[in-house]
Amino acid sequence: MQPTNRSSRILLPVKMWFVYLTLFAALFLNYIPTGHLPAVPDFVALVLAFWCVREPLKIGIGAGFVFGLMTDIGVGAALGQHAFAYVLLAYAANELSRRVLWFTPVEQALHVLPLLFLSQAMMVVVRLLAGAEFPGWWMFFGSFVAALLWIPLHYVLLLPQHRPVDRDENRPI
Amino acid sequence: MVGHSPPPFFKRGPAPRVKLAFFLVLSLSILISDINLRYLEAFRQGLSVLAYPLQMAAATPADFVRNASNYFASLVRLQIENKDLKAMQLEGAERMLRLEQVEQENARLRALLESRPRQQVRSIVAEIMYTAKDPFSRKVVLDKGAQAGIEPGQAVVDDAGVIGQITRVFPMQSELTLLTDKDQAIPVLLVRSGLRAVLFGSGDGLMELRYLAANADVQPGDKVVTSGLDGLFLPGLPVATVARVERDQAQTFARIPCLPAAGVESFTHVLVLGNREALPPRPPEPVVINKGKGRKARAAKE
Repeated sequence: MQPTNRSSRILLPVKMWFVYLTLFAALFLNYIPTGHLPAVPDFVALVLAFWCVREPLKIGIGAGFVFGLMTDIGVGAALGQHAFAYVLLAYAANELSRRVLWFTPVEQALHVLPLLFLSQAMMVVVRLLAGAEFPGWWMFFGSFVAALLWIPLHYVLLLPQHRPVDRDENRPI
Repeated sequence: MVGHSPPPFFKRGPAPRVKLAFFLVLSLSILISDINLRYLEAFRQGLSVLAYPLQMAAATPADFVRNASNYFASLVRLQIENKDLKAMQLEGAERMLRLEQVEQENARLRALLESRPRQQVRSIVAEIMYTAKDPFSRKVVLDKGAQAGIEPGQAVVDDAGVIGQITRVFPMQSELTLLTDKDQAIPVLLVRSGLRAVLFGSGDGLMELRYLAANADVQPGDKVVTSGLDGLFLPGLPVATVARVERDQAQTFARIPCLPAAGVESFTHVLVLGNREALPPRPPEPVVINKGKGRKARAAKE
């Protein structure tokens, strides 16, 4: 894999345990009780979208479903609400990956923003159909913040793959 | 070769669209059975045990922030608070003394009248840990659960009145739905006029008295207390005050928004009231007449 498809640098292959570790870290961040604070991004959706774009052959809908259920449990939402949204998000991210990876991180963030927004909108539609109250437009700020976070995330989550292939004894990093 | 697709180069399992359809149907059916049918409580309990360690770890920073602000509270503020609390306690003690005497008198009078004694209820003190993150509902999480004897359906009060009802119990914590939640209803009584009604959450931090006729005897400032008709809440707990009354002759019912009496959206310690004894069995329903009344009573029960 390359950082982006235009880059000439070839990265190390990703390790699956690292993918799941970051997903669990995102789950942890989602579990932090921030109450009804506006503009708190959905970290699991963001990290899931990231890996679904980077590694469409290795991670996808199944992981979206499982982590969606875990998010539902933790935040006290209706069971299946996040699972539904993440399944759609993972599918769309997988499908878009061949296009998105040609762009720079900033442009990638612009591609991911509508995906995150739509997955949130799906949740709103599902809950409103079930008779919940509309929480207000502020909740959609979360996806904009998440899209902004895509840019640093692009560097942080790829760090382990930036390591050199041959380990140099005199230069430990 | 016509009509045959070439064998795939890479093995990817089922086609993505098949997988998508499968998981969408699966999550939608889970969603429907959770929201409408409530079949999945056992499943949720099981998963919550898995999520609990991570949840507790995630709640620690919030705990830390809350406790740190306590730690750094200034001495002067604590002294003032202490003084206020002492004054309140003194005031309360005097009323408690009278209450005890009045309670005994009440018991004696009730015995004389041969009516049922008022119920004593066991209660559990719990602390509100945090607001649940789900933006579609108004729920908070308490730090005590099934292990402390909390059961779903119990009423929760603070020092000023009712704040909600336990809706979901986990082993170590429980979920409290506030009265202002859109799906929450509570049967009430207007103190001044003795009118019975049902109070619904309206979702914006307020509550609403519904199904009261446009000419009903309600005034702004009326105190609303629980009527106890549901068999869950004790009768006479303060719930709300009527904020204003909007009567529109075009409509059958008046629109009556109410302000919650307790600090429904701001609190730390609460009291979970134990279950009441079962109400006496209902008298047999009259067969034909009084259809309207029956419906109202049922609405109040729900």
